[in-house]
Amino acid sequence: MNTKLATILLLASATGLAACAKKAPETLPPEPVQTTFPITQPTPQVQPTGPAVGTQGHFAAAVGSSTTIYFDTDRYNVDTQDAAALQAQAQYFSRYPQITFTIEGHADERGTREYNLALGERRANAAKAYLVSLGVDGNRISVVSFGKERPVALASNESAWAQNRRAASVIIN
Amino acid sequence: MKAIVSLLLATASLPAMAQDLSAPSSEDAPVETIESSSEEREIVITDEAAWSDIGIAIPAFATDRDRPTPANEAGTGALGREVARVITANLRNNGLFKPVGPDSLPQPAFAQVRAPAYGTWSGRSAEMLVQGYVTARDDGRLVVGCYLYDVALQQQLVREGWVVAPGDWRRAAHKCSDLIFSRLTGESPFFDSRIAYIAETGPKNARVKRLAVMDSDGANHRFLTLGSATALTPRYSPDYSKILYLSYVDGNPRIYVYDIGTGKQTLVTENRNPTIAPRWSPDGKSILYSMAVSGNTDIYRVPATGGASVKLTDNPGIDVGGSYSPDGSKIVFESDRSGSQQCYIMDADGKNQKRISFSGGRCATPEWSPRGDQIAFTRIAGDFNVAVMNTGGGNMRVLTRGWQDEAPTWAPNGRIIQFFRTEKDTGRSGIWQVDLTGQNERRLPTPVDASDPAWGPIRP
Repeated sequence: MNTKLATILLLASATGLAACAKKAPETLPPEPVQTTFPITQPTPQVQPTGPAVGTQGHFAAAVGSSTTIYFDTDRYNVDTQDAAALQAQAQYFSRYPQITFTIEGHADERGTREYNLALGERRANAAKAYLVSLGVDGNRISVVSFGKERPVALASNESAWAQNRRAASVIIN
Repeated sequence: MKAIVSLLLATASLPAMAQDLSAPSSEDAPVETIESSSEEREIVITDEAAWSDIGIAIPAFATDRDRPTPANEAGTGALGREVARVITANLRNNGLFKPVGPDSLPQPAFAQVRAPAYGTWSGRSAEMLVQGYVTARDDGRLVVGCYLYDVALQQQLVREGWVVAPGDWRRAAHKCSDLIFSRLTGESPFFDSRIAYIAETGPKNARVKRLAVMDSDGANHRFLTLGSATALTPRYSPDYSKILYLSYVDGNPRIYVYDIGTGKQTLVTENRNPTIAPRWSPDGKSILYSMAVSGNTDIYRVPATGGASVKLTDNPGIDVGGSYSPDGSKIVFESDRSGSQQCYIMDADGKNQKRISFSGGRCATPEWSPRGDQIAFTRIAGDFNVAVMNTGGGNMRVLTRGWQDEAPTWAPNGRIIQFFRTEKDTGRSGIWQVDLTGQNERRLPTPVDASDPAWGPIRP
């Protein structure tokens, strides 16, 4: 909406500049159209610098660690912590309805490869289903499973595995 | 000797998909067999331990005339020594024999190949003697003859010969190894076969995974993809003309049928849902794949020539994988419908699904032995180990003791199992072998790290 306003103003001023460059026309150029635009909700950090809307950086800055939800071993249910994180995501995505994104599902290394691909798919879909239940249009959400192929924590211990059992929402440009 | 069947697939052209493929080159033709002997005498072995006491002498193969050959820059004489080395390594690595190879033995003359100097060999405590020859024909092809003798009885036990292109000289050595192995153990052959697998490099959080193939002893290695997209879980078609594998080249897990001769690949299904876990039927006419719809994974079957898929499992649990019995009548697969990963058997049409793993721990990645009598699987009970059970789920035996041993694949003769072993913390991985008795565990040499081995059948 801000961009629409800006575009109209630019066009109006361009028309004005074009008029000045020539002799006064026989008919005056139309007055710039005054319309009212809906006032957007104040956003928490509309800064002139920083990540632009539609980037992962902007998303992460807005919701912090809530970009990612975590699961217990072999589980794919959305627990209360996950629900809170998905709430934050849903609010962000309703604020910027033009954004589409992907949910990546992951598993830890302590599972066989093909089962983990299927489990990652379960996890990503569970996150998607919950976001849809919160009103996010499912057509905006892609899902991909990486099984155990993309760990973020590299040790072979419970702490690392817990960090790898995740569904991460990612904006891919 | 079977001809190679060429499978025609419905083409769904994907030009962009070719970006990750290496240059194609066809796999070789069947080996032409000549001069085969009939069975002359049986040796019955009741205790495998007795084999390691049997000395087998494998001197260099002789040549009638030392001629140049593309197979060896020093000519057919030197090639004869290499052939004997390959056979020696095969029999030694197999663990059943203690062969002595050409580097420790006198070289027989060409005339002695068919008429051994038995005195020479009995004086060396050799009980069995392998002799052979390599000759180059005018058309460049090689003729390799292979003879097995019982030194004490001074009798020829078996002989066979093959005509091969120079590039296939190792196959003749494997055919000779198979001849000797089968004659002495009564087991089916397995040396003349190839393995498809995933070659891995890079740090644990950014692994580069490439589709690769090699002979059963690690030789004749080739990379088939470039590594720009992750490749996983390959399977050779039964006739070696194609490889099924999973690739993320379009950003999602999809199964491709890669034609080795043309280098082209097609999707196994046009369905845009994620597909994983490709498998061939034993006759090469059907392909199993697992597909996730709205998060739930089930097993499907599609004709290898393309067409409609048939859904075989329909369960809210994860049903994935599948391995046919050698007669094609049944499929063993894994499912977590009970709450944990376990192994199930069903008819090939999906009926009569029943659980067979009840031995404690979990059962994953089941693979039916080519002999039909055993199922190998990944047993998860804390650590991951390779285990076998009979087809009813009984008599489970754990064969390995690693931290994470995964995804067994059978040698063509159903006596040896390959798997991949992952190292704790580092995530380094390699392909290992163990035989059905749990003995002779050894690592298969690969150029870089390796996983997801798939052992192909005996080559024609």
